[in-house]
Amino acid sequence: MKILVAVKQVSILDDEFEMRDDGRGVDADFFEKDLNEFDHFAVEEALLIKEAAGEGAEVVVVTVGDDEADDALRTALAKGAERGIRVWDDSLAEVDSIAIAKVLAKVVEREAPDMVFTGAQSADFGHATTGMALAGLLGWPHAAVVSKLDFVPGAATATLHRELEGGLEEIMTIQCPAVLSIQLGINQPRYASLRGIRQAKQKPVEELDLDALGLGGGAVTSASRVRRMYAPEKGQAEIIEGTVAEQAARLAEIIKELRGI
Amino acid sequence: MAEILVIAEQRDGAFRSASLEAIAAAKSVKGGDGKLAVAIVAADPDALVGDVSVEGVDEVIAIKAGSNDFQPDLMEAVVAALAEARQPALIVAAHGVDAWSYAPVAAAKLGFGFASDVQALRYEDGELVATRAGYAEKVRVDLDFPGKEVVLVTIRTNVFDPAGGAGAPTVTAMDAPACDVSTAHVGWKQPEDAGGIDIPGSDFIVSIGRGVGDESKVEQFLELADQLGATLGCSRPIADNGWLPKARQVGQSGQLAANCRLYIAMGVSGSVQHQWGMKHVETIVAVNTDPEASIFSIARYGVVGDMFEIAEELENHF
Ligand SMILES: Cc1cc2nc3c(=O)[nH]c(=O)nc-3n(C[C@H](O)[C@H](O)[C@H](O)COP(=O)(O)OP(=O)(O)OC[C@H]3O[C@@H](n4cnc5c(N)ncnc54)[C@H](O)[C@@H]3O)c2cc1C
Repeated sequence: MKILVAVKQVSILDDEFEMRDDGRGVDADFFEKDLNEFDHFAVEEALLIKEAAGEGAEVVVVTVGDDEADDALRTALAKGAERGIRVWDDSLAEVDSIAIAKVLAKVVEREAPDMVFTGAQSADFGHATTGMALAGLLGWPHAAVVSKLDFVPGAATATLHRELEGGLEEIMTIQCPAVLSIQLGINQPRYASLRGIRQAKQKPVEELDLDALGLGGGAVTSASRVRRMYAPEKGQAEIIEGTVAEQAARLAEIIKELRGI
Repeated sequence: MAEILVIAEQRDGAFRSASLEAIAAAKSVKGGDGKLAVAIVAADPDALVGDVSVEGVDEVIAIKAGSNDFQPDLMEAVVAALAEARQPALIVAAHGVDAWSYAPVAAAKLGFGFASDVQALRYEDGELVATRAGYAEKVRVDLDFPGKEVVLVTIRTNVFDPAGGAGAPTVTAMDAPACDVSTAHVGWKQPEDAGGIDIPGSDFIVSIGRGVGDESKVEQFLELADQLGATLGCSRPIADNGWLPKARQVGQSGQLAANCRLYIAMGVSGSVQHQWGMKHVETIVAVNTDPEASIFSIARYGVVGDMFEIAEELENHF
């Protein structure tokens, strides 16, 4: 039994940042990197299923990213995933989520897992696209924003909840294998133990380029292109300056005025 | 101008009004001689034709399905069939959870241009450009779609005013295309009882986000809200952690602060899903240590600072 979890190392902007000279991105000096929040839940869900399945079950984490993305894999390995796969080629630096899905599809074909999980979206761009595009390319059953999952490895179908607007959930069954995008709150993600972190360093991470996946020669094309990136116009917010006491006093005034006290 | 196609949605037979915002987005790029068609898939699509017969819609394609169940496979087959038959240049849907399940799938399968969570559409020198947010709402990104004959976009909710006004579209009836489906509807689970907490009814909400940091710090904000005469709300991570009941969660998967007039967000970054529940509030006050937090972009007043320090000082005034 094998579950493949596709994870992303997301970029978090510093409190202040500058745009790139070409106007199509943010200057990389202003990034911090971290494993996508949603992916913690996807990894945890896979680990829970693996642990319930016992011997012979495996969780494989895959990412498409440069060597900085190794940290994302190590984080998942430290939590208990068995091995990692990192695919990279410099030609992927500016591609979109659908292009990433094309790469992941080749990895899924190679690994032939029983289930594929992704996060419901990435915390940086929120495309909510990669996982479902991957399902489309594979022709696999799929469901997005899964907030509860009942999957017994080997079963022909799984039962899941799709979280909808307003806290409503739909309960549905789905044929397996499937690609599911996992929602926040589906479980309580574990923290890696010190032992786990040590062990993660020894776990195998396979590095693949596009040729290894049969995707050389410009086969990985995007469905969109960044024309420009820019800071949005500043809002209308009146920033309350001063010492904390002064700020709080002004805030109290605003509240009292609006509340008619 | 080629045709624009909007995929409208229903849930359990009830029309999803976000589809009217998708229609409005489509209208924003419909040229004078353009054609706008709206497709709706349901067991009884005729019952929903009226909902989408708004001004600017030229045709409603009423697609009869075996049930009202949401089947991603069926929606993808519908998109494929309509794209083939109509050759639209642009296909538009609302960026709701259902579209999350089928729109990227259809786009990837069919080789369309694609952008999700789009907040503006326009043509620049004849090329379609879609604007969306990035890096936790801190930047805007303009996307184009070189070489793509068909582009599929999903539209962020609460950006476009819902299309309205009476229209007189022609109605075309169609049977849903045959397809194998891999999911089956079992039932619904309603949100838990609110236990007397009334976010939708409250006119004054103090809301805390992940900036609160620790469960032990939550209590003091319950007290603060009480002292100010406000209802305490929260962002999703606080509810997911079990620090506050789900009934206090403001946002897309929680509550809409429908009657709120004053909303004080403390340690909330202002994600699109949180904004869904509170962006409309007349007076929003944001307290956040990050001057670039997107919550400031929708706030009337802002304090760049520590929520604990402000909370402590604020108490002295009430
Ligand atoms: C389908 C779907 C539905 C969702 N539904 C909802 C929903 O209904 N509601 C919701 O809220 N989210 C929802 N989310 C999650 C959403 O995407 C965000 O993850 C979430 O809103 C972030 O919450 P936050 O702002 O509290 O946390 P963060 O984004 O982590 O922000 C914390 C903020 O606190 C600030 N901060 C830190 N310390 C301090 C301090 N001492 N003083 C002041 N400020 C401080 C930081 O600068 C930061 O801006 C949903 C997501 C999905 C995919």
